Amino acid sequence: MTAFIIRRLLQSILVMLTVALVAFALFRFVGDPIASMVGQETTLAERQELREMLGLNDPFIVQFFTFVSRAVVGDFGISYRLQQPVMELILSRLPATLELALVSGFFAFIFGVGFGVYTALRRGGWLSSSIMTISLIGVSLPTFLIGVLLIWVFAVEFQWLPSFGRGDVVDLGGWWRTGLLTESGRASLILPAITLGLYQMTLIMRLVRAEMLEVLRTDYIKFARARGLTNRAVHFGHALKNTLVPVITITGLQLGSIIAFAIITETVFQWPGVGALFINSVRFVDVPVMAAYLMLIALVFVVINLIVDLLYYVVDPRLRVDRAGAGH
Amino acid sequence: MSMHHILKTSRSRLMLGAAAVSLALTGAASAETLRWARVGDALTMDPHSQNEGPTHTLNHHIYETLVGRADDGTLVPRLATEWGISEDDDSVWVFKIREGVKFHDGTDMTAEDVVFSLDRARTPPSGMAALHAAVEEVTAVDDTTVHVRMSGPAPLYVQNLTNTFIMSKAWAEANDVETSPNFAAGEEAYSVRNTNGTGPYKLVERDPEVRTVLEVFEDHWDDAPEVTEIIYTPISEAATRVAALLSGEVDIVQDVPVQDIARLEQTDGVKVVRGPENRNIFFSYDMTSETLDSSNAEDNPFAKPEVREAMAMAIDREAIRQVVMRGESQPSAAPLPPFVNGWTEEMHAFPTPDVERAAELVAEAGYPEGFSVTLNCPNDRYLNDEAICQALVGMLSRINIDVELVAQTRSLHFPLIENWETDFYMLGWGVPTFDSQYVFDFLVHSRGGSYGAFNGSRYANEELDAKIESLATMTDLEARNAVIAEIWEQVMEDRVFLNVHNQVLAYAMRDDITLDVHPENQPRMTTVTFE
Repeated sequence: MTAFIIRRLLQSILVMLTVALVAFALFRFVGDPIASMVGQETTLAERQELREMLGLNDPFIVQFFTFVSRAVVGDFGISYRLQQPVMELILSRLPATLELALVSGFFAFIFGVGFGVYTALRRGGWLSSSIMTISLIGVSLPTFLIGVLLIWVFAVEFQWLPSFGRGDVVDLGGWWRTGLLTESGRASLILPAITLGLYQMTLIMRLVRAEMLEVLRTDYIKFARARGLTNRAVHFGHALKNTLVPVITITGLQLGSIIAFAIITETVFQWPGVGALFINSVRFVDVPVMAAYLMLIALVFVVINLIVDLLYYVVDPRLRVDRAGAGH
Repeated sequence: MSMHHILKTSRSRLMLGAAAVSLALTGAASAETLRWARVGDALTMDPHSQNEGPTHTLNHHIYETLVGRADDGTLVPRLATEWGISEDDDSVWVFKIREGVKFHDGTDMTAEDVVFSLDRARTPPSGMAALHAAVEEVTAVDDTTVHVRMSGPAPLYVQNLTNTFIMSKAWAEANDVETSPNFAAGEEAYSVRNTNGTGPYKLVERDPEVRTVLEVFEDHWDDAPEVTEIIYTPISEAATRVAALLSGEVDIVQDVPVQDIARLEQTDGVKVVRGPENRNIFFSYDMTSETLDSSNAEDNPFAKPEVREAMAMAIDREAIRQVVMRGESQPSAAPLPPFVNGWTEEMHAFPTPDVERAAELVAEAGYPEGFSVTLNCPNDRYLNDEAICQALVGMLSRINIDVELVAQTRSLHFPLIENWETDFYMLGWGVPTFDSQYVFDFLVHSRGGSYGAFNGSRYANEELDAKIESLATMTDLEARNAVIAEIWEQVMEDRVFLNVHNQVLAYAMRDDITLDVHPENQPRMTTVTFE
């Protein structure tokens, strides 16, 4: 077990380093940060001086090595754009993204499972058909368009919900600012959460529906029915329970993508999270923030995958047997 | 009750509270909160660190400059009541400093603070240093007089002061921000999120890229503004920005997308005001090199006057205005905005396009089959920049110039001009000093030293260079204007620029608000009035 964990950790570190290397190679194609940092009056000599000071003239490998050796101790430098330490900047934006991701993940899971079960049980009903059709629109429309549509309907036409921002926030312990404790904060969360979660909801719904249909055909369901159990017990006690294993796995893995794909939703709703921070940084060629963000996303995926791998190890005895066999 | 109403009620309660306070203090008639949105946030609250539009715009509410720029482009007194060139020495500028001005922390502003601020602004890594490059020494002669000694006569130096803010020396020293923040420092300077200015508003809350709240400063020297609280929110997505105005969540939107202007004008309760911006959009080309990198021609077609003339004949500025800009631009052949010293009606005039004659000219220049070239364009810097370039590609194809368009983000585009890596490019230029010399220094003078940083045409004319350099020290303004006219005549004759238009600014707002467009896109909320 220990050897397995160590091996996985080493692999994770390798993945992180690769991501950093690829990111760094890409930054050279994003443009020249100096152009956005100085005014048009700045002379070429002064630009060159600033470039030298920031180490942008160093060879690629030197820049990369400097970045990694500082990143290891949590120092990602200072943002070219906002002049704040990058680590502090990202940590201050992270709660907004995590709250949005969790709420939309929760929304996707609840409605995905609910609709999935309903459409599986009431196959061919008009409501099921409409849910299936609408969900198709949900996956085929781009997130951007869904966001704008929701804003126009609920913020401009009906004026029920705010069109942008996070509302009022409450500071918890100085390092986590939450919008969940204020009325305006909760209202602001609704539209972005739906926009971000719609795709995942459809995915979960279709997965649950397919799995349910599969399970409902199996023998033990027939036995359960033969035992005279109520529909309710059969559907929810037996069928649903057995469909949930793959659903939970997918939902867990999707949480990483929700955080990563929050970029578009955050931009549309001016949601002050790390995704919007990243987009603004790309526009400005704010290399320190871009690098730190990509490392953060890589870390999220690596950690989630690590946890999943460890769970498999616990759940699946064959993995352990194989290792034992290889030892002989 | 809907969310929207709750928001409104809690805000009006706050406003009532603020109103009670201001009534008690000044007897002001009312308290008004103004919610203001634009595409991006100020980069920093430090007064000298960045020379960037949105940063200055917000800082103008908190800090003040010696002289201000009015909506019509003229200079107006601000912290300086009078200014002029010293009668004894024409390389010394004399500023009379306003008396009775207080900083937000209650201390008095003195000539010492002005000296400190000008020194801070001209010391690297300040972003404002380039504007003060000719300053040799700043001294306080007495409590209300400041002398700025230049390296030589500098008749236009005062024009460079409209964005140089005055801060408190004692405050800067107490908070360890005697110099402007440095990118390499690795830590955040106190002045990035804290302020102490003399401006009409105090900074109450600063959450970068989320929300900035300003509150009226009761001890300000000038008349109290109608707006007592400003809530400034950046909204980067155009559709969301417009939606926020329509839903009543913001009162004023800067950076209105061109395609939404007509629709907003037809919406009840919303109005749009427009005005010319201090920025003109033009194309330029490498007219000096022997050959072009991106062209199939064996020599450099842009070096031939016929080709440059043909392009000027082929461009249909009126079509660009109507189709690409939806009427929101001022077509002009003059490569400078109309309120800049040196602009003339003659330069502005442009003929109706003559495609046939233009095609003949290209053939006569030695390209019967035409030629190909690559056009570099930004796609996120100017209003509809990429679309303007696409329109030009179509227009030039009619005279056998086969243009390949490369449109990319600004951080990739501008280094091409800076490094002379483009043959044919788009550039927009604002003139913060409101004088032609600024255009000449950066775009016409041959490259070298502090000159010609954006001269991508490689245009080099020794005679003109000498004239341009002489402008900097000419104190006889009439003679100086004559030299400016001579330079422009030569530049227009050589067709160094293929100008398209002047940009037009549009602000959208609640229809009971009055706010004029500022030529530098720096609206002052102190000038807002309510019906």
